[in-house]
Amino acid sequence: MKNFSGKILFLDRSDINTDEIIPAKYLTELTKEALKPYCLEDLNLPPFNPKTDVAGKSVIITRANFGCGSSREHAPWVLECNGINLVIAENFARIFRQNMFNCGLMAIQLSPEAIDDIFKTFAGGEAECSTDLDKLVFTISGSGVTKEYKFEVGKFDFELVKAGGWVDYADKKY
Amino acid sequence: MGKTLAQKIFDAHLIDTPAEGVSVLSLDRVFCHEITTPIAINDLVARGKDRVFDPTKIKAVIDHVTPSKDSKTAEQAKTLRDWARRNDIKDFFDIGENGVCHAIFPEKGFVRPGFTVIMGDSHTCTHGAFGAFAAGVGTTDLEVGILKGVCTMRAPETIKVNVTGTLPEGVYAKDVILSIIKMLTVNGATDKVIEFAGPVIDGFTMESRMTLCNMAIEAGGTCGCCYPDMVTVDYLWSFISKEFSSRAEALKEYSKWRPDDDAEYFKVIDFDVTTLEPVMTVNYKPDQVRTIREMEGTKVDQVYIGSCTNGRLEDLRIAASVLKGKRIAPNVRAIVSPATPLVFRQALAEGIIQIFMDAGFCVTNPTCGACLGMSNGVLANGEVCASTTNRNFNGRMGKGGMVHLMSPASAAATAIAGCIKNSPLYKG
Repeated sequence: MKNFSGKILFLDRSDINTDEIIPAKYLTELTKEALKPYCLEDLNLPPFNPKTDVAGKSVIITRANFGCGSSREHAPWVLECNGINLVIAENFARIFRQNMFNCGLMAIQLSPEAIDDIFKTFAGGEAECSTDLDKLVFTISGSGVTKEYKFEVGKFDFELVKAGGWVDYADKKY
Repeated sequence: MGKTLAQKIFDAHLIDTPAEGVSVLSLDRVFCHEITTPIAINDLVARGKDRVFDPTKIKAVIDHVTPSKDSKTAEQAKTLRDWARRNDIKDFFDIGENGVCHAIFPEKGFVRPGFTVIMGDSHTCTHGAFGAFAAGVGTTDLEVGILKGVCTMRAPETIKVNVTGTLPEGVYAKDVILSIIKMLTVNGATDKVIEFAGPVIDGFTMESRMTLCNMAIEAGGTCGCCYPDMVTVDYLWSFISKEFSSRAEALKEYSKWRPDDDAEYFKVIDFDVTTLEPVMTVNYKPDQVRTIREMEGTKVDQVYIGSCTNGRLEDLRIAASVLKGKRIAPNVRAIVSPATPLVFRQALAEGIIQIFMDAGFCVTNPTCGACLGMSNGVLANGEVCASTTNRNFNGRMGKGGMVHLMSPASAAATAIAGCIKNSPLYKG
């Protein structure tokens, strides 16, 4: 399994689309690694700066409908290339969410209230998320505060994460 | 309790339920293009699994950047081309025969009522217009589809949109779907199928139904569906005439794929279009919709008519009827991309291409290029485009550009005026 803990990148907006995560002009790249420098390049969300604010982050926390738009799996890939294996949001666009789990990455939904609480408590400063996959708890700490947030993950989604993705799972089973 | 259209298709294709609410479905069609398929192909090769589950059920096209614009896109095209050849995929459409995937595959008769279809492209929902379940997926789902002919889906709930009343002259399927997206919002249909029903949809051509279903994803929908009827049968007849003794027989068979009267819906919306006006998007989300009238006078730099939403013959005919005998404004450049070679040929034969050229349009080959800012009409920073495409995201047609989505009639009228304008076909 991949690493699902680390420093948090807060993106305080709903409906961040896959064109913003990885613009179409980079879809001509033939390897996933080549996408790395372009993560969130077209996201205009001051003071976020894609050139300096992505490096070193492992978890994205954002609002509703993250990953809407195109089906491009380049969106999860560019996150993974940059060490971001977990996105926590109010909810996700269907294809993006499926693509995350298909790659063995996690897209986890929390209630709008929990997301709001996380933003109010931790955004604006440095914060870290520690993910406990046995207890299904995120422990977020920053600015001298530590809080726990319970989460759920679908049984099948979790099997994909454990299998390392859908290709291996399906190849064995079907 | 009765079943929705999607439930019937899921039941008929279900091969496994790996967890509650998760269905693994057998696939009737796996569609492929050169942007999202090559990485799946390369992965299959790396795994020593360079094979396909059934070459007759896989259809492939080079459409996003064609002819290739640089070495990278040439490599993508070559990867798809070589793969199609060595895996004996007969229905592969290369330069000269290629068109926008969601226009050319229906045109070839590849989609039938009751089918399950996936493609590594979010606008795959277009094919639901035939009473099929068609969903966009990522490269990994596509890869498994190619290898195993299966796909996993959460059991979808359905939103039914009853479109009633009489659509005013000069108002089109594009105006209807933009208005529906405004009502639903950009994630109002996430994880849901949308059934488009009611007398207005019954009266729509297959082209208009495809325009409608094409944009279901812009409300987050998994698939947009119309019910199979005689319009569907007539469209498909040249492909199915050997399977059925008569059109009535085909209709009877396809009617299996209509929802039950007592089907259970997540939500039912009634939408009376009698007073609907031509509309367009503003800003960067497809649910930000205003009337053309409110926006009249807004300057544009480029007009684009084409795409899987509005690049079919019906769309070109409507635009040409506005453009006939007119010239585009001097501050505007205008581009039309017929969506397929057949659309192009028919438009030539009907004199439509002549009308576009006389008006000052650039006519390109069939391709997706401009719609996602990859080729053939990319915007510069600060430029504005009136476009018949499907997404107005920030940077979609070029970094720093603004895209206003609208119908072909409105786009044509805007090209002539040089600024946003209602078409004279709308008398409201």
